[in-house]
Amino acid sequence: MLDVDLGPLWLTLRLAGVTVVVLLIIGTPLAWWLAHTRSRARTVVEAVVAMPLVLPPTVLGFYLLVLLGPHGWIGSASQAVTGSALSFTFTGLVIASALYSLPFVVQPLHGAFESIGRKPLEAAWSLRASKLDTFLTIASPMASRGYLTAIVLGFAHTLGEFGVVLMVGGNIPGRTKVLSIAIYDHVEVLEYTQAHVLSAGLLLFSFLVLLMVYTVNRRLPIHVS
Amino acid sequence: MSELISRFDVTFPTFRLQVKSSLPAEGITVVFGPSGCGKTTLLRCFAGLIRSPTGFLALGEHVWQDETTGFFLPLPQRPVGYVFQEPRLFPHLSVRSNLLYGWNRTPTSDRRISLDQVVAVLGLDSLLERRPSHLSGGEQQRVAIGRALLTSPRLLLMDEPLSSLDAPRKREIMSFIQQLDREFRIPIIYVSHALHEVVQLAKTLLLLKEGSLASIGPLGEIFSQVGIRRVISDSHIGAVIDTRVAEHDVEFGLTTLAFPGGQLSVPHQNNSVGESLRVQILARDVSLVASPPAFQTSVLNVLEATVMEIGHIESDQPFVDIKLDIGCPLLATITRKSLAALKLHPGQKVHAQIKAVALTHDSLD
Repeated sequence: MLDVDLGPLWLTLRLAGVTVVVLLIIGTPLAWWLAHTRSRARTVVEAVVAMPLVLPPTVLGFYLLVLLGPHGWIGSASQAVTGSALSFTFTGLVIASALYSLPFVVQPLHGAFESIGRKPLEAAWSLRASKLDTFLTIASPMASRGYLTAIVLGFAHTLGEFGVVLMVGGNIPGRTKVLSIAIYDHVEVLEYTQAHVLSAGLLLFSFLVLLMVYTVNRRLPIHVS
Repeated sequence: MSELISRFDVTFPTFRLQVKSSLPAEGITVVFGPSGCGKTTLLRCFAGLIRSPTGFLALGEHVWQDETTGFFLPLPQRPVGYVFQEPRLFPHLSVRSNLLYGWNRTPTSDRRISLDQVVAVLGLDSLLERRPSHLSGGEQQRVAIGRALLTSPRLLLMDEPLSSLDAPRKREIMSFIQQLDREFRIPIIYVSHALHEVVQLAKTLLLLKEGSLASIGPLGEIFSQVGIRRVISDSHIGAVIDTRVAEHDVEFGLTTLAFPGGQLSVPHQNNSVGESLRVQILARDVSLVASPPAFQTSVLNVLEATVMEIGHIESDQPFVDIKLDIGCPLLATITRKSLAALKLHPGQKVHAQIKAVALTHDSLD
C-alpha cells in the first residue's frame, strides 16, 4: 500500500512558519529604515538584501555551511555556548531560510512603507502620537497589504527552497529533511507514487494559499497608492 | 496679551529661510507670499517638523524651542494643531476615530474642546460612521480641521487648507475658519498665496519674500502702505476696512456700513443691522478731487481725506500710490499727471471718491 512519510511535510511547515516570524521581526525595522533613511548606506543595504534573488542557492548555502559549521565564526561561537555547531540543525535551517527569503519579506514591506510616505505620520505626530504609537496605530495598519504579501511570499518561498537547505541542513530525517528534499529522494529511488503525493500536495497547498491571499487582498479596505 | 515669538534660520541647498517675528497670540495671522517664498517651511518650523539649528520659539511664557540651551519640544509634545494642504485622514479609521485620534492622546486636564462641539460647529454629524474615502474633499478637510481642534491646541497651524477645493467648498470652509476664531479663541497661523483669503481672514499679516520677512502688522495698516505694491505684485491691493451694518435703505436698495471714519453706501446686503462686515477698497477704485468737490458726481461714496504719504515716484511708471487718512488708512492709485495737477502734498485736505467697495466674502473666484 501507499506508504508516505509525512514527517518532511510537518518539518517544512514548521520551518516556513518560524522563518516568517523571524523575518517579520528583522524585516520590519529594516524595511522601515530603508523607506525613511536618507543615508547613503541605503543603496548598499538594498543591494545586499536583494542578493539572494540573484545568487544560486548553492552559493549562499555553501557560505552558510562554512559560517555555521564547527570552524565558522557563527558555528564555533554556537559550539562554545551550546555545545554544537549550527550546520545540519533546525536552527541552522532557519538562519539559512531567513537569509534566503529575506528579500521576499523586506521588499513588500519596504514598498508598503514607502507608499504610505511621511504625510500620515506627520499628521499622527501633530495629533500627539509618539513615533512608536504612530507606527503601531497608523503605519502598520496602513501597510497591511504589504504585510500580507510579505508573509505569503516569505512562507511560500521557504516551502520551495532546495539548494540552500540541502547544503546547510543535509538530509537528516526528522531534523532537516524537508519536503523538497524528500521529493527528490523519492524520485531518485523511483518511488514516483510517493513523489506524486508530496508534490501534488505541495502544489495544491501553494495554490490554495495564494488564492486566499489574493481574495483577502482584494477585500482589504485600505488602498495605499 | 501673549505673543508668539520666533526666530528661525534654516538653510536648504537652494533656499534659506531667515525670519524673526513676534505675532499676537490671538485672531488669524495670515502668512502670505508667492509660491516658494518659504511659507510652508516657516509653518513647519512653528510645528517642530523642521528644526532650525539656532531657532527660538515661545508662545507666551511657554518655550517650545531654545537652541541656546539645546531645548526642542518635538511635535507630539507641542500643543499645536496642524491642518495640512491635503486632509491626510487615516484611511483605515472611521471619521469618528479620526476625530478622536488626537483627543484620546490629549491629557484629560488639557481637553477644552469636546467632540460634540466640533461636530456641531463643523457640521459633521452625518459623517461620523463613514470612512474617509467616502467623503468629498470639503468634508475631508472639515474632518481634518475638527481632528486638529480636538487636541485643544494652543495654536492652530493651517497650510493652505483650501487649495485643493473648488470655489463653493472654499467659501464654506472659509466661514468655518472664521467661526473657529470666534468660537474657540485659538490663535491661528494660516498660510496662503491667495489674496482673497488674506483679505477675508487676516487680522495680522506676515508677508514673506524669498525666505525673509517683508512686512508684518495689522492687515489694515499693511494693505494701505504706499510701498505695498513692491511686495504684493497684484492689482488687488487696497485698504481693508472692518465695518458694521448701520442701516438698510429699502427705497434705493442700498446698505449703509459704518466704520471709524464715517459711512459707506453699498448695494443691499443680506446682513442684519449691527453685523460686522469686512470690505476692501481697491486702490485703483479711489480717485481724488480737490476739496471742496466743485461738481456733482455719480459716485456715492465721497469722503473727506487727508493726504498722509505720497508713494515713491518711478519715472517709468505712470501711476503713483497715495496714502490717505479717512479716519482709517486708505490707499489710492492715481496718475503722476494727476498728482502734478492737484499739487498733492502731505497734510493736504482732499476728497476721495470711492467708485466701488469690494465685499470680501464675495471676492472668491
